[in-house]
Parts: sequence; structure tokens; C-alpha cells
Amino acid sequence: MSRHRLLKLAAIGTAAGAFSGLFGVGGGTVIVPLLILWLGFGEREATGTSLAAIVVIALLAAIGQGLYGNVDLLEGVLIGVPAVAGVIAGTALQQRVPERAVSLIFAALLAAIAVELLV
Amino acid sequence: MEYVAAALLGFAGGTVGGLLGVGGGILFVPALAIFLDEPQIRAVATSLVAIVPVAIAGTWRQRAYGNVRLRDGLIVGALSPLGVAAGVLVANAVSQRALEVSFAALLLFVAAQLLRRGLRGPDGGSTDPARARP
Repeated sequence: MSRHRLLKLAAIGTAAGAFSGLFGVGGGTVIVPLLILWLGFGEREATGTSLAAIVVIALLAAIGQGLYGNVDLLEGVLIGVPAVAGVIAGTALQQRVPERAVSLIFAALLAAIAVELLV
Repeated sequence: MEYVAAALLGFAGGTVGGLLGVGGGILFVPALAIFLDEPQIRAVATSLVAIVPVAIAGTWRQRAYGNVRLRDGLIVGALSPLGVAAGVLVANAVSQRALEVSFAALLLFVAAQLLRRGLRGPDGGSTDPARARP
């Protein structure tokens, strides 16, 4: 692997790590767009590869936050395990629901959450 | 009761995530903060734990479709600790309010990306790097 490519992967890892530690997000907001922009990944490949990176990054960030005593391990597992079932259901449902409608509804939902957090 | 709520949040968040290809954090963090009344930093921390099984299952499924460049993904993960440490340090150093406000700004940014994607149509610009993802 070229040094140049390795540097790009390192920059992506560092940026995604910082976002994960700070905000608990990083895959879709950081890794996917950068893999596409900098390394010419296709969107599916970027998403798949990002998931593998996120396993490591979320684990490291969870340990870091755990050292500060911020982690509720039981609650995390209680959310994470049903979420796996949800992701599988959602992926199957994706074939039947118009994506643009879901995108627009979800955009409105996120905007509403942002306002709720701000006021 | 709170645990039932947590499990329901997990399932609902996972379903929306699977539908849209957006992942845990962007959903779990605000859900924990708003519905379970967690302070922002605790919402972030607990959501990170929840994301691990989701990402493992996602990797496994995507790998079956040949979408995972495992070596690249693991390199990105292996080279992340400096960023992770910086993020965790800053998150624990700044005020909760600052963390909340900057997270809200991030949500608005992702909402704008989704809006663009929704307005463009179901299959338009599938290689657009700005599409929101987990």
C-alpha cells in the first residue's frame, strides 16, 4: 500500500475517531463521504467498509467514555441488540418503501430533534 | 420500564437506520437524550456501546454482498485512536450545553443532506458523496 493511501486512511480514521468520541457518530457523516471523495470508493463499498471501521472505532470510543464513567453498559446492550433486529427488518422493508419519502420524513424528524435540543 | 423503553428505542432506531442507511449514533444519541432524559455525554457514551453489535451485524451482512474492503476498514479503525482520544477528552471537558448545541448543528447538516436526497428522487446521484450514512 502506498504511503499516500495510508495517510488518507489515517486521516479518515482520526477524523471519524474524533467525531465518535465527541458526538457518538462518524460512519456516515465522516467515513463514507471521505472514502468516496478521497479514495474513489463506490457508495456500497464505502458503506460496507465504514461499518467494519466503526466496529473498532465505536469500541475504542466506548472504552474511552467508559474510563470517564459515562457508559451505561446494560442500557447500551439493551438498545444495541434489538437494534440489530431492527436493522435487518429495515433493510428488508427498504425494498418496498419509497426511499425519497422516508428521507424527507427523516429530515423533518432530525430538524425537529435539533430544535428540541436547542430550546 | 426504562429498559423496555430502551429496547423499543433500539428496535425503532435500527429499523429507520436500515431503511435509510443511516446508523446508530445519529438516532440513538438524541433518543437517549430526549426520551430517556440522559445528559448528552452519557447519551453519546451509551450509544457507542449500542452501535458495536449493529456494526458487527452490518459488516457481516455487507460482506456477503462483497461490499466490505476489510483491510481498508480495519486500517481506518486501527489508525483512529488519536482522534478517539481527542474527541473523548474534548467531550468531557466542554459544557453539556456546548456539546448539545454542536450536536444539534450536526443534525441539521445531516437533515439538509437527507432533504437534498429526498428531493432528488430515489435513484438520483447514487454516487453523491454527500449522502448521509451511518
